[in-house]
Amino acid sequence: MSGVRVLVGTRKGAFVLTSDGKRAKWDVSGPHFAGWELYHLKGSPADPNRLYASQTSGWFGQIIQRSDDGGKTWHQPGTPPGEPEPGPGAMPKGDSNKFVYDTSEKTGKPLTTHQFFDGKQHPWEFKRVWHLEPSLTDPDTVYAGIEDAALFRSTDGGKSWQELAGLRGHGTGPQWQPGAGGMCLHTIVLDPGNPQRIFVAISAAGAFRSDDAGKTWRPINRGLKSQFIPDPDAEVGHCVHRIALHPSRPNVLFMQKHWDVMRTDNAGDSWTEVSGNLPTDFGFVIDVHAHEPETVYVVPIKSDGEHFPLEGKLRVYRSRTGGNEWEALTKGLPQSDCYVNVLRDAMAVDSLDKCGIYFGTTGGQVYASADAGDNWAPIVRDLPAVLSVEVQTLP
Amino acid sequence: MIRVVLPPHLRGLARISGEVQLEIAGQPTVRAVVDALEAQFPMLQGTIRDHVTQERRPFLRFFACEEDLSHDSPDAPLPDAVVSGKEPLLIVGAIAGG
Repeated sequence: MSGVRVLVGTRKGAFVLTSDGKRAKWDVSGPHFAGWELYHLKGSPADPNRLYASQTSGWFGQIIQRSDDGGKTWHQPGTPPGEPEPGPGAMPKGDSNKFVYDTSEKTGKPLTTHQFFDGKQHPWEFKRVWHLEPSLTDPDTVYAGIEDAALFRSTDGGKSWQELAGLRGHGTGPQWQPGAGGMCLHTIVLDPGNPQRIFVAISAAGAFRSDDAGKTWRPINRGLKSQFIPDPDAEVGHCVHRIALHPSRPNVLFMQKHWDVMRTDNAGDSWTEVSGNLPTDFGFVIDVHAHEPETVYVVPIKSDGEHFPLEGKLRVYRSRTGGNEWEALTKGLPQSDCYVNVLRDAMAVDSLDKCGIYFGTTGGQVYASADAGDNWAPIVRDLPAVLSVEVQTLP
Repeated sequence: MIRVVLPPHLRGLARISGEVQLEIAGQPTVRAVVDALEAQFPMLQGTIRDHVTQERRPFLRFFACEEDLSHDSPDAPLPDAVVSGKEPLLIVGAIAGG
């Protein structure tokens, strides 16, 4: 019988939640990397036992972890467990944690600064990995979105990382500036129909697309309107929170922006607002049903000043029409006195026959619905604040 | 033989418990100790000093013999008691955060 594995990153460690296809009873393992912030964990679509994790700390910096057995054991790539000493002629160890901005001449425009909060130019400084996106076809290839915003790629299973410098260097980089959470590249979407196409999103710069496997990039923000920047229609400066697509229609993207839920039908060339009847269109997460490309999920949050659900009611909203018309999903979710947040990487879907929907909260709950959102139940209630949720559907 | 005490999170990363003992060739300094530590435990690269700048990470401190060595030159000689192994070099995480 098939099953699911839910990978949960929290402020104080990682947890792996597993269940069979009924998704009624769960095994919980963890905390892995106890005491560390786990911004994101994700499994390879090409090898479900291959997992990558971003382990980070304000004290000790960035660590990349890898599992080759579905999360039972972990190691830093290039540093196998029990082998701390590098052998003769071995690849230098410790490079798996090294993210160095590309300032080589061959990139054409080596950037050294971006705009800071005070309007002055500020050096790019690596802080952490926000998001890891494994290749759809190669378990050893994985992309990393980092703060300060840049895109890196590893083709050796996370042992070493190289920047795809064309993103920072395409021209608008010096105009990017941090949002309240830092200037982070938090979303990486790989086009399942076109291996040359990659989408990324940066706070607070906007969305960008490459059509040549990450070599060159351009902003795709036409149609976005952000009242918090001097020119609401500017090419960059938008605080995109999350982008999602359905694999069968990779030209259709859904976006949760700071404010506004948006949709494009032409791979980002232009966007239209589909917030419709949402009670508030601020939020962080957005995702698409595994089998219904027009069924979309968001969790509305009251406002950018009040990061909790409206009226203390935790409600997932579902649109079956690709936006504009939304229904509240409440069964099993707290409908009073609930003041948690749901962060941008903390929603995912499985691909079982009845699509499962999952999300985690800053209050430490991970909720699951085994029937596309009609009914919800907590898998766990008392984890540290949840930063990310990913799901693997297992054979 | 230089004795080094690491904070618990770094002991976990290095998969060790207790103190680390290091042989340092030449003049023992903070830089020489961290170099030797990273050579023996490569998974600690970048956790004590920034990968690129090689500067001490802001929330880490170097203490020894009831003194804070963090703002001394990394090439300053370590105290005799550390060099002799009588006292350890303490690498300490700042008390901050939740």
